[in-house]
Amino acid sequence: MSELIIKNGYVFDPISGLKGDKADISVKDGKIVDKVSNKAEVIDAAGKTVMAGGVDIHCHVAGPKVNLGREMRPEDKFFRGEYRGGILKQGKRMEMGFSIPSTWKTGYAYARMGYTFTNEAAMPPLLAPHVHEEFRDTPILDQAAMPVFGNNWFCFEYIKNKELENNAAYIAWLLNATKGIGIKVVNPGGTEAWAWGENCTTINDPVPYFDITPAEIVKGLIEANEYLGLPHSVHIHGNNLGNPGNYKDTIDTLKLAEGTKAKNKFGREQVLHNTHLQFHSYKGTSWADFESGAKEVMDYVNSNKNITVDIGQVTLDETTTMTADGPFEYHLNQLNHIKWANVDVELETGSGIVPYIYDKNIKVCGIQWAIGLEIGLYAKDLMRVHITTDHPNAGPFTRYPRVIKWLMSQKAREATLDTMKWKDKVIAASNIASMDRELGLYDIAMMTRAGPAKALGLSSIYSLTKGADANIAIYNLDANKLPSDPELIEAAFQNTAYTLKEGVVVVKDGQIVAEPPKYTLWTKVNMPENAQVMHDIKEKFSRNYTVNLENYAVFDEHVHNARAIELDVA
Amino acid sequence: MPKVIENVGCPYCGCSCDDVRVTVSDDGKDILEVENVCAIGTEIFKHGCSKDRIKLPRMRQPDGSMKDISYEEAIDWTARHLLKAKKPLMYGFGSTNCEGQAAAARVMEIAGGMLDNCATICHGPSFLAIFDNGYPTCTLGEVKNRADVIVYWGSNPAHAHPRHMSRYSIFPRGFFTGKGQKKRTVIVIDPRFTDTANVADYHLQIKQGHDYELFNAFRMVIQGHGNDLPDEVAGVKKEQILEVAEIMKNARFGTVFFGMGLTHSDGRNHNIDIAISLTRDLNKVSKWTIMAMRGHYNITGPGVVWSWTFGFPYCLDLTKQNHAHMNPGETSSVDMAMRDEVDMFINIGTDAGAHFPIPAVKHLKKHPWVTIDPSINMASEISDLHIPVCICGVDVGGIVYRMDNVPIQFRKVIEPPEGVMDDETLLNKIADRMEELKAKGEA
Ligand code: SF4
Ligand SMILES: [Zn+2]
Repeated sequence: MSELIIKNGYVFDPISGLKGDKADISVKDGKIVDKVSNKAEVIDAAGKTVMAGGVDIHCHVAGPKVNLGREMRPEDKFFRGEYRGGILKQGKRMEMGFSIPSTWKTGYAYARMGYTFTNEAAMPPLLAPHVHEEFRDTPILDQAAMPVFGNNWFCFEYIKNKELENNAAYIAWLLNATKGIGIKVVNPGGTEAWAWGENCTTINDPVPYFDITPAEIVKGLIEANEYLGLPHSVHIHGNNLGNPGNYKDTIDTLKLAEGTKAKNKFGREQVLHNTHLQFHSYKGTSWADFESGAKEVMDYVNSNKNITVDIGQVTLDETTTMTADGPFEYHLNQLNHIKWANVDVELETGSGIVPYIYDKNIKVCGIQWAIGLEIGLYAKDLMRVHITTDHPNAGPFTRYPRVIKWLMSQKAREATLDTMKWKDKVIAASNIASMDRELGLYDIAMMTRAGPAKALGLSSIYSLTKGADANIAIYNLDANKLPSDPELIEAAFQNTAYTLKEGVVVVKDGQIVAEPPKYTLWTKVNMPENAQVMHDIKEKFSRNYTVNLENYAVFDEHVHNARAIELDVA
Repeated sequence: MPKVIENVGCPYCGCSCDDVRVTVSDDGKDILEVENVCAIGTEIFKHGCSKDRIKLPRMRQPDGSMKDISYEEAIDWTARHLLKAKKPLMYGFGSTNCEGQAAAARVMEIAGGMLDNCATICHGPSFLAIFDNGYPTCTLGEVKNRADVIVYWGSNPAHAHPRHMSRYSIFPRGFFTGKGQKKRTVIVIDPRFTDTANVADYHLQIKQGHDYELFNAFRMVIQGHGNDLPDEVAGVKKEQILEVAEIMKNARFGTVFFGMGLTHSDGRNHNIDIAISLTRDLNKVSKWTIMAMRGHYNITGPGVVWSWTFGFPYCLDLTKQNHAHMNPGETSSVDMAMRDEVDMFINIGTDAGAHFPIPAVKHLKKHPWVTIDPSINMASEISDLHIPVCICGVDVGGIVYRMDNVPIQFRKVIEPPEGVMDDETLLNKIADRMEELKAKGEA
């Protein structure tokens, strides 16, 4: 039996209601407990900030398109940030890459920032074994992945025919087959249309040949999600991402959730999570009159409790964009004309990859940067607004500490604005310069762990409540005397004093010191087999897929340390 | 009672067919029958249960003969030599599962050596082009369900990928292609009249080594400058170029499958680069994808596994141990061997003895040479140490990547010969041994 106590830290844990009070956190056998014996090992956290391990609700860290990004961008390995010129090896394996780091660097870098869970945002079901192979090779971090459903032929047919139970049974089957955690939707209908070189840019554009619209797809999936009572809600990247004027399409998409209430046993309250809202909050009619629509979109989000969002903050780096939104990547490539990869996946989805430079001297990039921060600063309920960079789309996850700095310090925002060539135009096209709100550590705890954990239905595992996994981050920040230099805030969040994973110290003073086991989380729905759905699956496999049904579901031996979140459906 | 095992993967070509039926004997040791597989695939399964499988590592003796040794000795010998070598090279992986390729990455990172796969002598130029220009591709099911125009350029699936046309491209009836071959237009571009050309609607008999020019001509037409074409390009008449370009433009969904005819003729990576550019152009007017006809059933695997491990698919220099470096030409196996830079060689799941230029083999031969392979081949016969392993897809399962990057889960169909290790186990034991030796200060 191992015991440990973290003494005298300022503890921020919104799930258990700790708001920076000085408290001791006790750990026994990897779990949070009320108290430990006096033999417990002591970590002195006096003058430091203590939070649960960070929870990333949306990032692209493992799987086919992430990896094709790594493969097609050898130059990404030249950008090693502070490590340029040679990374000193800390863990068992070397760390490579900047915007699309190797799996090893991914695990180590998250752990150094105090994160212990990531949710891979888009798993093509057919390619699920690839995602799980990468999970095996990503150290420390617990991981989950969301299979994509928004362009899936089975769902199209069940939704069109109003077969809710069959749709739900198929979803449950696919979560089991892919060892996925929940329902991801990317450009509903639009990616299927892209298989013919077309797109769906509003929620009412019909999907070619399928006699269905994006609105119907999204509603059908929300309905199935709540029928099943999954831990997470439908997680959407809606239509028309990245285009001026799309804030209206975004509000149209959010409205599809109106009137639906969450039904689940995991404490989740939302029925729709809109990811990387920054990319969906654009006003204007072209790149010339492009401006922020954050206010309009956040007014809607603030007044609708059944919605959560994450930001997708632009970090002003050279990065690699990648999404299952195939047509978007094609159009992006038509703008920057750099290299372009595309992968259409039979019956299910597609994806594209384009390198991108968010140059602070380009007006549009500056406005995008402002929009993301506005989303965070307009938010009324920070439990429902989460920090992400849609890694690596708006910037790499290793910039979260910088995003936190911008949200916590107006001075830091002004300093960045001052470096922009088109500062005045950025200010004119957004409200960023007039916003003096500065978030505090409790706010940040909501946006980086408590909020995402709750939205994922995982707060009983990822928090500091009794019985939760002892995943803990201790930052070199005195909550009573925050540094006046915002750079020190960024530095503190970049490298923890300690990160604990299930009670094991994995990072000490910003250095990897241990690599204990990690889990693959997935959602196991126990429900009676649905004969109709099994029949449909067999038929599609014999006619349309190029992989046999019996080889499609990920074999148990290829799922690394599986941990099922179970639920029963009668 | 013989047992029938279905949905078995074929460990031969890049089609990685997963619908093989294998009948095995009661005791699970013999393969009695193999169905759905083409002739080459059958051989692999037959070899798996042959009575002459090597069961123990064999070490070369001073008199030149080979003597059986234990796995333990072989592992220790390999670990010590890897640690001693300044620039050891591990090369191959044409028939290794991904688990083995991941373990190999661990071995060479600890050893501080070079790591490379057969792409270096086949589709390496395709990687170079992808680095520069990207890769607009799709899974093979997209071709099956949607494609109405198929181009085979510098590839001859009738011989190299026998079931490619029937499972994925020309003949299958898919969701939007219910009429199968009848509604598909097949274009073959090849200097030879191959068996593939024989089933094509159009065969453009291009002049050997002039592919780049013909790609250029197609790009001109797609971009609206067809009138400016000379009467003949690369041995193909202008009229024919215009006609075929028109078909490409009007495709609903088209795919270009390219092979070693492009990567190994004049132009090499530039041929692939312009093929990708043509695909990009065609996407302005239609929907097109492109795909490399990767040779072996899991030769796509090492590129995938090492990209997530190190960020580079091949030609890896891990000698710095804390970061990786890739520079084909400098860090590619054949080039290093030709320059005699390598001071230990591990040939795994391929036959460098047969495929490398003779001077390269001669240089490598001067230093310790280990072959890790289930069978006797040219490499094993010139080795200092030959370590037998299981045959992936026969007596060990594992994940492999089909030519379209789709992971296929292979099954084990028979028990391996007693005591024979799989690649992953063997390599991890070598890595463990190196760590042990390092910890003890013996290296
Ligand atoms: S086409 Fe290739 S993978 Fe398929 S059975 Fe023949 S040799 Fe095996
Ligand atoms: Zn995303």
